[in-house]
Parts: sequence; structure tokens; C-alpha cells
Amino acid sequence: MANLLEIKSMSASYDGNIVLEDINFRVNDNDFIGVIGPNGGGKTTLLKVILGLLKPCKGSISFNNELLSANTIGYLPQISTGDINYPVTVTDVVLSGMMIRKKILSRMSLTDKKRASEVIVNLGLSGLEKSPLNELSGGQLQRVFLGRAIIGDPKLLLLDEPGNFVDSTFENDFYEKLKQLNSRMAILMVSHDIGIISSHVKSYACVNKNLHYHPSSEITNEQLLAYGCPIQLITHGDVPHTVLRQHNHS
Amino acid sequence: MGGSIFQYDFIIKGLLGAVFASITAGLAGSYIVSRKMVFLSGGITHASFGGIGIGYFFGFNPVVGAAVFGIMSAMGVEYLSVKQKIREDSAIGILWAFGMAVGIIFIYLTPGYSPNLMSYLFGSILTVTNADIIALGIMSVILIIYFSAFYRTILYISFDESFARTYSHYVNTFKYITTALVALTIVLNIRMAGIVLVLSLLTIPPNIAMIFTKVYSRIIVWSVISGFIGTAAGYTISFFAGIPTGATIIFTLVVLWVAVKVFYMLFKRIRN
Repeated sequence: MANLLEIKSMSASYDGNIVLEDINFRVNDNDFIGVIGPNGGGKTTLLKVILGLLKPCKGSISFNNELLSANTIGYLPQISTGDINYPVTVTDVVLSGMMIRKKILSRMSLTDKKRASEVIVNLGLSGLEKSPLNELSGGQLQRVFLGRAIIGDPKLLLLDEPGNFVDSTFENDFYEKLKQLNSRMAILMVSHDIGIISSHVKSYACVNKNLHYHPSSEITNEQLLAYGCPIQLITHGDVPHTVLRQHNHS
Repeated sequence: MGGSIFQYDFIIKGLLGAVFASITAGLAGSYIVSRKMVFLSGGITHASFGGIGIGYFFGFNPVVGAAVFGIMSAMGVEYLSVKQKIREDSAIGILWAFGMAVGIIFIYLTPGYSPNLMSYLFGSILTVTNADIIALGIMSVILIIYFSAFYRTILYISFDESFARTYSHYVNTFKYITTALVALTIVLNIRMAGIVLVLSLLTIPPNIAMIFTKVYSRIIVWSVISGFIGTAAGYTISFFAGIPTGATIIFTLVVLWVAVKVFYMLFKRIRN
């Protein structure tokens, strides 16, 4: 088990407002960590710091440079970032994930293109190679963006609220794919929906300005307390599930 | 004799002008249309009139003044909206009118009558100089090299800027360079189509292409082709009918756009 990145007593802020405070956190090469916490608690900010989009105002983040640098991280952002009506094809978008290895000069080799078609087939998108994005369903779109995140074969994959645009028919496939990918790369998955991710991740990081790391994947009352508000876990369907009792305010 | 040499020169100039205008406008136009920057480009176009007025007043080439004003207004919009938190469309609206105002004031202050003023507003092939054609030719070469060298970089930054920032530190650099090239393209085409009409030279061809293709590289190629058809046909019609060039070109392009749209709809209906 090798260490990929380590964050030490790190704080991050926007316009002087502290969003993350005194975070200590490390990611190892076979981790599958669910990052949970309330909206506005700093989950996406944590991803931004790891991606190098936001400089910490205190503390440090260091990468194991043999395995990982800021440019070999796969990233699946929340769906709203790309312009779905922009004239790009599925292949174009998946190929754009190779840019994490290419920097500025941007020729795509035949090998890159072959890789892209493999990824597309592997994600069940065959036949859609030349389709524009606005002709795809939500679930197909998500797979295209997942393809973009993994084509560069990153050692760390960051997922920001992938549950937001999962269609239910693909949901199980999607998490099965992640499980396969986890044998090759560490995964950090942000979600505000504990119910969905609890059966897939190996451990938790609860983020609400501070960060509490929980090595096991069971949700405990203490973890829910990190929210500082009542949490309801409601779900329906054929899958067996657990509902925890509500906890008192502290 | 003199008449035929004049005519020959006129045809060559018109043909080269049409080729270079459609290449530059096709490349820059595909970029602004797919990035939804048409209003910003309108602002750049009109703000550049300020540079034309200052050029007249101080007696240097108005196109140089227009280029400086065009690029500065593009950067000014970026500065006002990002750093000063003014809404981008408001910033564009302000600089748009400010440039026009500066232009009108300086042209008014310039002694004597400015016979070329109308040609800057509405375009006229008669006033296009050889230097203008050469400048457009150089611009075509620069744009072809730039877009083929950085095709994917430009495509991916345009499609998803925030994702591009996760792997590149050069996102802003590329945005500024491309916007500056768009501004220069607009200014160099002002002589052909005029300030009031030049924007359509950039926006109509990509919209013709986007009727039947959604692939960026094909949009560029078909923009150049449809731009050339519209420009060359418009130019010829304006020559024989004796009507203003810029207006005829835009009119022809719109007719082409409607024709392609109707033809494509019929084609789809027959195929189904």
C-alpha cells in the first residue's frame, strides 16, 4: 500500500472566508473513499485543492511524485461544467482526457484514438462515437465524462456527485465499473447522499469545514453527527437497506 | 483599354478578398458562434470605430487604430466583468457605445469632409487597398496555422473551460490570444463588409454549417466554403447591379442560409 498524496494542517478559503480548516488527510493507492458532508461543507473545495485549482491558505499538500502529480489525476466534475450544446462528439470528449498527459501541443496519435474507442466500447457507448452530446441521455453523458476521466489511466480518480446524473438503469453498472477501476486507481467520491454510496466505498471522509476520516465503511452515529443536523436516509427499491435512527442535536 | 485593366484589377481584388474574408471569418466565426461570443464580437466591432476616428484625426492608418481599439475593448470587457464584477453584457454594451462615441467625436473634429466614412460603416470593395488584401492574406495564414496547431486545445477549452484548468495553466493565455485574433479578424474585414455588417460575415457561415453538421472541424470547413460562396456571389451581384458590396454579401449569405435550411428539412423529410 503506497501513499499517493498527503494533506497536512491545510486550510483553504474563498475571499477570506475559511471553507476548510486544519485538514489532515492522506490517500493511498487502493483507497475508495466516500467524501460526505452537507452542502457548502467544503467537499468540492477539497477536490479543487487536490486538483491544484485552489491554493491552500495554510498548510501543505504533497504528492508522491513517482506515482502521482497534479496532472495525472482523473476528474469527473458535476455535470454543469461543460456546454452540452457545444459541437463536440463523444469521441472528442473522451479524447480530451488525454490532455492530462499532453499539456499544450495537442495532436492525438492513432494510439490515443484506439484507446478512446476501447474506452467507449468498455463503457457501453458503442455506436455513439460520432454523436453530439445533446443527443445523449443523462446516463450516457455520465459515462462519456467518466471515459474522459479515466482514458489517461490516472492513479487517482476524483468524482464530484456522480449520483446527480445517474439514471437508475445504469446505476449498478456504474458502481460496478468503479469497483473494477479501483483495482488500478484510488477513488475519491464526493456525495451528499450517504445512502447511495455506503454500499460501494471502503472508507469515509466526513467534511464540514473540518475533516474526520473513518477507516471502515459502516456509517456510525458519530459520522452523522458531523452534519450538525438531522439526517434522513430514505430509499425505496428491491435492494436491502438500513435506516439508522435519528440522532439528537448536540 | 484603361477600363479593362481597371476591371481586371477589380476582379482579382474581389476574388482574393472573398477567399481571405471567408477563411478568416470562417475560422474566427466558428469559434465565436460555438462559444456564444457573438454579442462580445459585436462590441469589439463597434468599439473599434473609436480607433478609426482617432486614426483620421491624427492622420495614421485608421485600420491600425481600429485594431488597437478592438483588442483593447475585448480585454476591457474581460477586465470589467472579471475584476470589477460588472455584468458582462453590460460591460459590452458600455464599451460598444463608448467606442462609437469616440469615433464620431474625432471624425467631427477632423478638418474637412471624410469621404471614406460611409465605407467604414457599410463596407465598400472600391476603397479596399492592396495593403488591406495583403493584411487579410497574412491573417488567413496565421489563423490556419494557429487553429491547426492548437485545434484540440482550443476545442477543449471552449467546450469545458473549468475542466481544462485541471490539466493546463495556459487556459487564460489561449483565451486571450484567440480573442485578440478574433478582434483582428473583425477589424481587417471591416473594409469588406463595414462595421455595421461585418458581424454577420462571421456568424452566418457557421450557422449554415451547423444546419447539417455538429462536428467542430467540419463546421470550420463548411463555414469557409459557404462564406466564400456568399461573398463571391454577393460581390458579383453588387458589381453588376451597382449596389453596396457589404449589404449585398450579407443579403446573399442570409438567402443561402434560408435555402440550406429549407433544402435540409426537405431532404430529411424525404429520407424518413
